[in-house]
Amino acid sequence: MSTTFIEGSIAVAKTVGVCRPHVISAYPITPQTHIVEHLSELVANGELKTEYVNVESEHSAASVVLGASATGARTYTATTSQGFLLMIEVLYNIAGMRLPVVMTCVNRAVSAPINIWNDQQDSLTARDSGWIQLYAEDNQEASDMHLQAFKIAENKDVMLPVMICMDGFVLTHSFEPIELILQEEADKFLPPFKPQYYLTPKNPLTFGAMVGPDGYMETRYFIEKTMRTSLQVIGDVAADFHNQFGRFQGGLIDTYKVEDASLVLVAMGSVIGTLKDVVDELRAKGQKIGILKVRSYRPFPKDEIYRALNHVKEIAVLEKAISLGYGGILVNEIKSVFYGKPKTPKINGFILGLGGRDITVDTIHHVIKDTVKATFEEKFVGLNEALIGGK
Amino acid sequence: MRLDLGAIAKAGTSKANQTCGWRNFKPIFHQEKCVGCGLCKIYCPEGCVTMVEKKKYTVDYTYCKGCGICAEECSSSDIEMVVEEK
Repeated sequence: MSTTFIEGSIAVAKTVGVCRPHVISAYPITPQTHIVEHLSELVANGELKTEYVNVESEHSAASVVLGASATGARTYTATTSQGFLLMIEVLYNIAGMRLPVVMTCVNRAVSAPINIWNDQQDSLTARDSGWIQLYAEDNQEASDMHLQAFKIAENKDVMLPVMICMDGFVLTHSFEPIELILQEEADKFLPPFKPQYYLTPKNPLTFGAMVGPDGYMETRYFIEKTMRTSLQVIGDVAADFHNQFGRFQGGLIDTYKVEDASLVLVAMGSVIGTLKDVVDELRAKGQKIGILKVRSYRPFPKDEIYRALNHVKEIAVLEKAISLGYGGILVNEIKSVFYGKPKTPKINGFILGLGGRDITVDTIHHVIKDTVKATFEEKFVGLNEALIGGK
Repeated sequence: MRLDLGAIAKAGTSKANQTCGWRNFKPIFHQEKCVGCGLCKIYCPEGCVTMVEKKKYTVDYTYCKGCGICAEECSSSDIEMVVEEK
């Protein structure tokens, strides 16, 4: 291991590099571009031997990794926001064909109006696609998650694609000291990819053939069942990683000072860092408060969340995405965890940080005060009244 | 037959999908005015029209979906679409 002061995107690119991907497809889009740019530098410098394919759109980027993965290659691509939306048709195909592609979704707001800054609307739009979605809290975790992602995806009991979600700019463009994974360490952790089925002229196969009403439902059933299996695998791989590298950022979830907490903040991604500062501050003043990080969003770890939170009186769910016409997405999934259970805590939802609006320590204090004071479905936090109020 | 991972199948097994079940109208190749232009064969999206001899074409009813493109394109109006009652 070697510690380097490095940008988040570069750390991710270097980790992807030591995973020995056979094929990388690349199309630039802010704020994801630095990842594929650095991978192309590694290739140009002769440090990484891979088939690096420049494509004309994200739809093609996803199609290239689909085709390559079907031939038994280890594949990687990255995108964000509009590019991500352009990929979605192919993302469903990748999951349906059970191809263990790994991609980074750098989280960014979705147009219109055009906005290049961070929220998590893009990846949440594909939550039902059959991809495993893991959300990184910081750059060390984002970097480490990529090595874990290939191991999860390629597990013979999983064989589903894995998406690592990391907040655009907040993580991708931030410099932090990162423990980079060396080639021999990665080789020890991640065995070569040997799929059961792959395209070869010696044994012709059909991937993605038409299946009529008599068989389609069973393909969905299998993916749903596998998602349940992968709950175990995600936890096991995080534990393996802990054993070898000594770092543990949570398996399906991670908790911070939750054991004796009466109020818990629930969130995904980089906002957890700010939450920890606020929790430390309030703990010093005697408030029993903690944090639950949802690390695996799909599969959604209902049982783990229930076990961690069943003693809690109040929950505030903070999220950087919204299902327009319904409200908060994560908050309603957290509520569903408690459905039919003997005790239901107060669960308040907060929509914040959309389109890159800063989430500060003050924002979090506001959220906590609101949760102690009142009960509501969800609230937008930090709206600019001058833009929406009056005449 | 059990579904395999990702519904991955042996090559050529799509033949089992007999798409004739989708058909409402059936093309009748009268083989009377045919001039042998071959447009029916070229345009058939299922590739199920074949040439029997120079001015004689026929259709594989196992896979014909009844889209009617062959009848629409036929340069001598020699193909007729008729309602198929099942």
